[in-house]
Amino acid sequence: MSEFLQQLINGLSLGAIYALIALGYTMVYGVLRFINFAHSDVFMVGAFIGYYVGRALPLGTVWGGLVSMAAAMAGCAVLGIVIERLVYRPLRGGPTLNVLITAIGMSLFLEYSGQLVFGATPRAFPQIFPSKVMEFHGLIISMNQVIVIVVASVLLLGLEFTVFRTKIGTAMRAVALNPGAAQLVGINIDVVISFTFGLGSALAGAGGVLYALNYPSIDPLMGVVPGLKAFVAAVLGGVGNIPGAALGAMILGMVETFVDGSRWSTYKDAIAFTILIGILLFRPAGLLGRMTSEKV
Amino acid sequence: MAAPLPAALRLLALAALAAAPAMRADDAIRVGEYASLTGKEASWGQSSHQGIAMALEQINAAGGVLGRRLELLTEDNQTVPGQSATAAKKLISRDKVVALLGEVSSGRSLEAAPICQANRIPMIAPASTNPKVTQVGDYIFRVCFIDSFQGTVMARFAGGDLKARRVALISSVSNAYSVGLARIFRERFVAGGGAIPAEQKYAEGDKDFRAQLTAIRAAGCDAVFVPGYYTEAALIVRQARELGMAMPFLGGDGWVSDELLLIGGDAMNGCYYSTHFSPQNVSPEVRRFVEHYRARWSGATPDAFAALGYDAAGVLVDAIRRAGSTEGPRVRDALARTRAFSGATGETTIDANRDASKPATIIAIRDGRLNFLETVAP
Repeated sequence: MSEFLQQLINGLSLGAIYALIALGYTMVYGVLRFINFAHSDVFMVGAFIGYYVGRALPLGTVWGGLVSMAAAMAGCAVLGIVIERLVYRPLRGGPTLNVLITAIGMSLFLEYSGQLVFGATPRAFPQIFPSKVMEFHGLIISMNQVIVIVVASVLLLGLEFTVFRTKIGTAMRAVALNPGAAQLVGINIDVVISFTFGLGSALAGAGGVLYALNYPSIDPLMGVVPGLKAFVAAVLGGVGNIPGAALGAMILGMVETFVDGSRWSTYKDAIAFTILIGILLFRPAGLLGRMTSEKV
Repeated sequence: MAAPLPAALRLLALAALAAAPAMRADDAIRVGEYASLTGKEASWGQSSHQGIAMALEQINAAGGVLGRRLELLTEDNQTVPGQSATAAKKLISRDKVVALLGEVSSGRSLEAAPICQANRIPMIAPASTNPKVTQVGDYIFRVCFIDSFQGTVMARFAGGDLKARRVALISSVSNAYSVGLARIFRERFVAGGGAIPAEQKYAEGDKDFRAQLTAIRAAGCDAVFVPGYYTEAALIVRQARELGMAMPFLGGDGWVSDELLLIGGDAMNGCYYSTHFSPQNVSPEVRRFVEHYRARWSGATPDAFAALGYDAAGVLVDAIRRAGSTEGPRVRDALARTRAFSGATGETTIDANRDASKPATIIAIRDGRLNFLETVAP
């Protein structure tokens, strides 16, 4: 029983990180209907900003950790907005495939520029938050895991609030529903899209710092695998749907954790992805996604 | 388009002929090297490269071999699967190297070995310990011990020195070295009367091992054997300590890297691993090598792969000298007859399987430092 609960905690903290990345994919898809493959590399840049800022501040303090994370979020938000402005905006209105290929190109550009700027060697990420291990009746949870779960929950609630309770959130939903009509009622689409990219990238930046905190070895290609997993989580939950992305990420984190802890750990990815295929066979739009029928 | 090409080639050939006398003056022997200079296991490529480069510089300073200078041509495989084969092809077909040195990782050596074998170019792996590497063919050699020895040493160390009865295993599914070493450890430890209560797997590049570690913790054990590479091993031990697992973790030469302590931090205290070399060894050859290395590479302390790279280059040049030629078959025959070559990692003798039998060194990590514990003879 205690092993089961421990695995539950492990799965929760893994799922929380997937959720932060998945939200960025899903938000951009919701508004623009394209998958921003460069998102996982913005996540990597976030980890590196956290690395440089974190080392300049006193280590192991709550404020130092929060400042590093805020810096990573701000830096990534700017990066996301710049990428959208320079790379995606000129292609807006063109075929979706062009934007998709460009996104892949952007992703490769960030990965290999990262190798040039940061070097390809993995680096040890500093312990920017206070480290502590807590134990309740044989259940062990580290401070880092608590931070990941708490920060992810706070950011999720903040995102939900922004999208459903603020003016810009209403505008985002309007653009997602029908960009043309949104423009007709006086919404500045460019501002809304920039904001969406900024917000999604800021979440990726926070995700990067939290990921690096838990797995303290960072390199320019670190975004590839978690990015892929988060993308799958977003599809599983119903791409374009915010609670869906969080739910999908939690399911993926849990399944991976329980398979890893079992005798079948060799087949972790195979089992996790078989379950995903199974779910998508019965709910092609994802768990919380709305079924839409194409009108001809 | 078809016609101008041969013409251009002819022109090139003429140019080459014209340049030939000039080239003969600096008729260097070209030695190829492929290494992971960047990427996930960059630390290994850097170490072996610095060892090899230093060996060749020293030999050149002493007058070269067969009256000729040695020239090192290095290709970076970026730790990416598939790149080592490309690098080997390029070095052999374009750069016309007489022999290849590389790699530390068994998986990457296994990529390049068939190409060297097919082209009859001798290859010396400095530190690939998987037995399959030299089984590729009679042109493939190594200057380090193999995993069946390393696995036996660690199984004996766990059962003897550490008095462990139950040792759990956590290994990589996608790494030839890890799979092989785990299998040998399991066989030898069980044969010695020990038990393996849990055996968990992970994939290369994984960063979260809490699930596997939680299962190991539930099974209960006195020690954990992690036959993986330092990038994963450091994270595994760190996460294990967070889960309250205080038992010793054991590893093989895949743990050799400065990054192990940088990433693992205090969590690594109380862990042990087997390797090929320790700079703390007091034998005169080792001390001389460490001094030269520090002087050449601005104070850096050599690790096992720097020492093995140094010895691989030394063994190759020794064979070229004895063969009196740089032709593949003759160098190969001379390499196969290498007996008691004295280098940084002790004496190298190439056996009938083209492997070297060498003592293993056990390192204990205490107070954030690597401490030389003992040497186990084969």
